[in-house]
Amino acid sequence: MSGHEFQSFFPDSGEVDMSDPSTSIDETTIAELRALAARYPQPRSALLPMLHLVQSVDGRVSPAGIEICAEILGITPAQVSGVATFYTMYRRRPGGKHHVGVCTTALCAVMGGDALLDQVSHKLGIGPDETTPDGKFSLERIECNAACDFAPVMTVNWEFMDNMTPQKAEKLLDDLAADREVTSTRGATITSWREAERVLAGYSDGRADEGPSAGEASLLGKQLADENGWSAPKGEQA
Amino acid sequence: MTDLLTPVLSANWGTERSWTLDGYRASGGYTAIEKALKLTPDEVTTLVKDAGLRGRGGAGFPTGMKWSFVPKDNPNPKYLVVNADESEPGTCKDMPLLLASPHTLVEGMIIASYAIGCHTAFVYIRGEVLHVHRRMQAAVAEAYAAGLLGKSILGSGYDLDIIVHAGAGAYICGEETALLDSLEGHRGQPRLRPPFPAVAGLYASPTVINNVESIASVPAIVGNGVAWFSSMGTEKSKGMTLYSLSGHVRRPGQFEAPLGITLRQLLDLSGGIRTGHQLKFWTPGGSSTPILTAEHLDVPLDYEGMAGVGSMLGTKALQIFDETTSVVRTTLRWVEFYKHESCGKCTPCREGNWWLVQILKRFEAGEAEEGDIEKLLDVADNIGGKSFCALADGAVACVTSAVRHFRSEFEAGYHTPAWELFPYGRSALFAVADKSGAHA
Repeated sequence: MSGHEFQSFFPDSGEVDMSDPSTSIDETTIAELRALAARYPQPRSALLPMLHLVQSVDGRVSPAGIEICAEILGITPAQVSGVATFYTMYRRRPGGKHHVGVCTTALCAVMGGDALLDQVSHKLGIGPDETTPDGKFSLERIECNAACDFAPVMTVNWEFMDNMTPQKAEKLLDDLAADREVTSTRGATITSWREAERVLAGYSDGRADEGPSAGEASLLGKQLADENGWSAPKGEQA
Repeated sequence: MTDLLTPVLSANWGTERSWTLDGYRASGGYTAIEKALKLTPDEVTTLVKDAGLRGRGGAGFPTGMKWSFVPKDNPNPKYLVVNADESEPGTCKDMPLLLASPHTLVEGMIIASYAIGCHTAFVYIRGEVLHVHRRMQAAVAEAYAAGLLGKSILGSGYDLDIIVHAGAGAYICGEETALLDSLEGHRGQPRLRPPFPAVAGLYASPTVINNVESIASVPAIVGNGVAWFSSMGTEKSKGMTLYSLSGHVRRPGQFEAPLGITLRQLLDLSGGIRTGHQLKFWTPGGSSTPILTAEHLDVPLDYEGMAGVGSMLGTKALQIFDETTSVVRTTLRWVEFYKHESCGKCTPCREGNWWLVQILKRFEAGEAEEGDIEKLLDVADNIGGKSFCALADGAVACVTSAVRHFRSEFEAGYHTPAWELFPYGRSALFAVADKSGAHA
């Protein structure tokens, strides 16, 4: 035998933490959850946005949130838990004010993402999927975030932090720790993970007009076309 | 001959407030919709079919054909679902499009919905891109306020609602049937086909699922005509498309060009491989497309060209790696991604990718045993084609192609760690201690 024993693999998706029953969900939240369910031809379609909203209020997918979603949608709490434990963005226990992601999928990893993860982890004193004792930061080793032309990439509360370097990462964490204003390279002023979750649920924070139209890499081809006088052919409407 | 680069979708990126209704209109936006609403729905479908637009999300299926599969006699509502779950490693074209010009997608969705007779359309956007959600939500709100969505769009009598929907972190939801399960509020797991979504998709009703770039191309096609679109590209791969260059190139970025441009031409545009280095391997369309080498620099980057060299055009996500990069390390990272993202429904994919990771870690650490290459390929053979969806095929594509092109590097894994053969710090864009980044 090679020493490689057969093992069956089931990913450890964990469970929702039912031990802490606390919740901040109130009548307003319930009304908003109902409004989400009403947006869709079939209410259950709203479950993903509803869980984003639960997180924005409770800081995690709480037992109360699960019960309320189940009740509104007419499904069982087990069905809601089954969904909540499938998707990586749902938290089963409270996290930090800011969610810091470091991409370590192949391309970012090779270009410096692995080193950035080591650095961030060391600086914050926590590993991936952990939260600092002061409740300020949670760290996640994230998968490809669709920004490969800006590699290596980090995220804060799911806003792009493009073209990261050790120096930029150091400053980013210092600024966030000191509550100084931080702006995404292709997004808005950083608020908090909870506020981000509320936007994902479908409730606007009025920041769509912040940030640029596009990053430098996104504009490169167009810029070269302009410089060289290249364009698409003229069409019928021209 | 068309020009080397042909910005159409990206033409208004970077312009003054390009993401707003006014900004989009200033660049000619929302004129195609007026033209489309004067045609019959069937005429719009025929136009898109005749133009030869093929799906830009990876599979390359003709878009107009997909629309024509929606049965007219089915009494259920019809649905359009736009797949904005852009998560394939290397792929980074749809997110910049939605950030810079969400109204292009809205206009495309109105036209496509009109063509297939749909009155409720969805955009399923991956959750991890907050600002994209803001821009898309704002664009849809503006479109309602301007009478471009809702009841009787522009007085045409045609009604349409668009719902912007957030995913929650699952690569698998980019697979169209898993996306539908997710959009119905379930775990995102693929469905067995048939029935195909065109017949029984969302809520078991006829559903068209298209990639962002496919639908965003529709206004330009309707506005400029079939001849215009097919004057770009090659015989079977028509039109312009977004190529995304990332990795060890001097200037990574988005390049909108006619289908059929080559990597050599794109590398020239991006200033070549970073100074002092050479191309080692690359993906033509994300990590699920078999890797290629410098030998393939002049192969046209179109559907046929890539199939001809045993790969796929995929999402046109060209990830470029230079000679400092360990193929073993990169392959391990890709397979770790698939292991993480396997939904767990099919045993070959769930267990097999986990096994591949174990074996690849031995190669990376220089602790592989004689016969492990064969074991790797054997496990891969038991995954690919033996699961419900293409995630499994994509997962093994990087493994089998890496062994095909770089077998000696895997053989070196019988005795030498990858980080000794290819000190990891040398691949990074900034100075790092050499042992850093091993994560062994």
